[in-house]
Amino acid sequence: MIEICGLCKSYGQIKALDHLSLTINQGEVFGLLGPNGAGKTTTFRLLTTLARPTAGKVFISGQEVNRHSVKVKKEFGVVPQQLTLDSDLTARENLVLHGMLHKIPGREMSIRIRELLALVELENRSQSPVNEFSGGMKRRLMIARAMMQRPSILFLDEPTAGLDPQVRRQIWDLLRRLNIQGVTVLLTTHYIEEAEQICSRVGILNQGKLIALGTPDELKAKVGKVVVEVPNQCGTEYRVFENREAAARYIAELDRDALVRESSLEDVFIELTGRKVGE
Amino acid sequence: MNEMFGAYTVFYREMMLLRKKLPGFFAGSIVGPLLYLMAFGWSLGRNIQLGGVTYLDFVVPGILAVSAMNGSYNATGASLNISRLYHRSFEEFLVAPIGVWSIVLGNVLGGCMRGLFSSAVILIMSYLFGAHLQCNLYFIITLFLTCFLFASLGVVAAMVVNSHEEMANFGTFVILPMSFLCGTFFQLDVLPPIASNIIMLLPLTHSAIALRAIALGAGFPLTSFLIVTVYSIVLFGFGIWVTYRVE
Repeated sequence: MIEICGLCKSYGQIKALDHLSLTINQGEVFGLLGPNGAGKTTTFRLLTTLARPTAGKVFISGQEVNRHSVKVKKEFGVVPQQLTLDSDLTARENLVLHGMLHKIPGREMSIRIRELLALVELENRSQSPVNEFSGGMKRRLMIARAMMQRPSILFLDEPTAGLDPQVRRQIWDLLRRLNIQGVTVLLTTHYIEEAEQICSRVGILNQGKLIALGTPDELKAKVGKVVVEVPNQCGTEYRVFENREAAARYIAELDRDALVRESSLEDVFIELTGRKVGE
Repeated sequence: MNEMFGAYTVFYREMMLLRKKLPGFFAGSIVGPLLYLMAFGWSLGRNIQLGGVTYLDFVVPGILAVSAMNGSYNATGASLNISRLYHRSFEEFLVAPIGVWSIVLGNVLGGCMRGLFSSAVILIMSYLFGAHLQCNLYFIITLFLTCFLFASLGVVAAMVVNSHEEMANFGTFVILPMSFLCGTFFQLDVLPPIASNIIMLLPLTHSAIALRAIALGAGFPLTSFLIVTVYSIVLFGFGIWVTYRVE
């Protein structure tokens, strides 16, 4: 279990994170959703000891997280947004170094590397230098590396940013498989679809504050189930309705075409902040 | 014991990377010293006497001190700066279950290896150029301490500066002046007292003095050796502190 208590981070006068309090339960796939600058990466860096909080604390399995907390660091694997592999080394060498940092014995390390390279479908590229890999392969290798020590928690910062849709789905499948194996997953994302597809619970961050928390269905139910998009001179007007019948009645009174669709987390975000996630 | 294994892993990574780039590193580490040896040692060294020895014998310990400084400083400074700010691979160590001092020690020892490697190349070359130097255990220890000191300085610089430009400026304003001013190529007593007193505060001065005294058989330079040791300990400790605070 991850407990975040009143976590704050300021850079000078700018509050990147403002009193975030949150509990993430064992076995969840939890998504922190928000636009650029919402505080997602700041939260990720605070949880993984890469940054120090201005105030507040984080506990993992009851132990406080800080840079000296060697015991806590064994509990989690980390996949940052940047590709932090040693690109001159091979895939196997990158995994060996990580295994050594976690003191995995030699025989177990070989077995683990074989298992993980198979899991991320890179078993034929173990001796290839990482600088020959595509972005998706590097991301998969980073996930494999983070799983070397069999952590109970996996932290990922924007795990599919910049990847094409097919690779993105491969990463989602991989995260689902790890979650089925019992790994708690906490990821940050600004992709609505990602949060809806794989997260069992979502927290929406905006300007450093948690503005909504719940399952995707719970959050969508708060704004209504059906959205009508009506184009006008200034852009698009969004109307949310409880059901299709109410939406149909509204459309019947319009003098132009409109798009009807189910509501998404993006609508939740627009409802709460008055702007889109990407803005 | 766990912590030592962590430091060993960081060091091992440095050696893996060095092995991959050994030909380039080897070539890069001999060009500068080779030019120094040719310019100051070969052309001037056979005809000029300084302090009772040939200029070649006088200048080689200085070149070794400079080379140890550059090799070890660049190994940690440039490498850590790039891995912290550009590749971000340094974060792999920060999130690993090892102490901050293990990270620093592993990197510093990796820097020492590169500095010692560069120095060994120059030492061999200087014998080929006809230098007569004593290379005993004290000499090797002093050379190692010089590498340790400047590798630690490299860690401090890499953690404190926040851009590659600032890192280059640190080299230009701190490392480069030391290369030429710290009694590496000339005797400090030719300078005005105020200048030589200031230069005596700099660590490379004492590395050059100690290496030269040992290499020329002029006794063990205890004071300079102790100053180099104290600088090494202080900079290593400072390196741990700034690494703990880095974000």
